[in-house]
Amino acid sequence: MSTNLVVFYLFALAAVVGAAGVPMSKNIFWSAMALLSALIGVGGLYVLLSADFLAVTQLLVYIGGVLVLIIFAVMLTSQIKEIEISNQNVGLVPGALLFVLTGTVLSFVAIWAPWKIAEQPDHETTAEIGNGLLGHWLLPFEVVSVVLLATLIGAIVVARKEIKED
Amino acid sequence: MMAHLSLSHFLVVGGLLFCFGLMTVLTRRNAVAMLMGIELILNGANVNLVAFNHYVAGGLSGQVFALFVIVLAAAEAAVGLAIILAIYQMIRSIDTANIASMKQ
Repeated sequence: MSTNLVVFYLFALAAVVGAAGVPMSKNIFWSAMALLSALIGVGGLYVLLSADFLAVTQLLVYIGGVLVLIIFAVMLTSQIKEIEISNQNVGLVPGALLFVLTGTVLSFVAIWAPWKIAEQPDHETTAEIGNGLLGHWLLPFEVVSVVLLATLIGAIVVARKEIKED
Repeated sequence: MMAHLSLSHFLVVGGLLFCFGLMTVLTRRNAVAMLMGIELILNGANVNLVAFNHYVAGGLSGQVFALFVIVLAAAEAAVGLAIILAIYQMIRSIDTANIASMKQ
């Protein structure tokens, strides 16, 4: 087995085991920790796919931003004593059945479909992505910045406490 | 055929992430946990985008697409969690079965 393959299985294991922990663990806080493992695993896979900038973005945005936000929400919304109750499952059996069905179909297609492989040589992508965002992809870049501004204002307006005058 | 690292490896991992995310969204009643499931689904899609970019398409379009998906996922998580907090302040519960008051 080549080194690449060993590293791949390491990160893929982290990703898949973490992803499995999200629906299966009883405690919502452990679900968040499992999500952390899954996100780190996916970041490692990006490195193996020679997407260095994307891997760092994954760490910064997902683990530094989204996951911290989710853990904040977990802490704010679940009282410690009912933390088990607040995470009930509905119908784990149909869920598992659906998982088996979709997983089988997707894996079958992924393995047996005749993909037209044209593997690219590894190269640094950060500079190219930077140039592309200010050149070829300028319009989506600007649109996404407006979306982020709207998100910022919207999240503050929705989440703040109303202060009544009387 | 599985001796070398290939496109199929990454596609299977992406598919599994998607399936676990789907399972989370469908079986959990906690709204925060459902958001976690959505993050998993988007991550699975991102793995596929980057894998196809590396093994099939070339260029950078797949990676830039994945970058935009990450940005929109962050925005979605921020707004979603803000809504969940607002609902929690109102009815003291984030069980999706209890959030039916908007029906009236």
